[in-house]
Amino acid sequence: MPREIRREEVRKVVASGAQLVEVLPSPEYEEDHLPGAIHIPLRKIDSQGVELLDRKRAVIVYCWDTA
Amino acid sequence: MSPRAAWRLETLGFGEVYDYIDGKVDWMAAGLPTEGTNAQHPRAGDIARKDVPTAGLQEKLGDVKARVEVQGWDAVVVVNDRRVVLGLLRAKELAGDPEQPIERAMRPGPSTFRPYVSLHEMLHFMVDHKLDSAPVTTSDGRLVGLLLQKDVAAEMEKK
Repeated sequence: MPREIRREEVRKVVASGAQLVEVLPSPEYEEDHLPGAIHIPLRKIDSQGVELLDRKRAVIVYCWDTA
Repeated sequence: MSPRAAWRLETLGFGEVYDYIDGKVDWMAAGLPTEGTNAQHPRAGDIARKDVPTAGLQEKLGDVKARVEVQGWDAVVVVNDRRVVLGLLRAKELAGDPEQPIERAMRPGPSTFRPYVSLHEMLHFMVDHKLDSAPVTTSDGRLVGLLLQKDVAAEMEKK
């Protein structure tokens, strides 16, 4: 079950090697994204998620806010 | 959007999946750095004056006024011990009765702005609302600095 985390924990988990993924559309990612985040839009999560992410490492996903 | 992505990744065999539910808006509101095309342009939090004087609720107005005038300021942000913004004193408030406590002299609940707001947007708002200055805070209300309209205008002219 995916676990919800807050900002401080994001920093800790990233520092320990997690993959950070923004799932918003391209323009929003290009304007601003968290340092080191890769871009996999939600619509492409099936194909690119498998292709670009390492299943053995933790993954953090985020979008704009809680909506 | 991110909950759906997190759940889908889990069904695709990813064993350790986290959802940063507060997302990018929370990160940027905390004044943390970002990458991307917008990150190259200064924003409200970048040019807000971090050295703005602050005061507590129980201080006397006269004491605060004397202290900040020496520093060349005519604005003071009123904060609690966690630097959460409670009020603002501009020149008009600072000219009040020097014996009264800050909590009676201050303008309570000033409008605050997040650090990620663009300078373009800030300048429009400040001109439209005749604001010489505006506090910039994190999403939990902590003071980042005081943004001066003249600083925003000067930065915009550089472009």
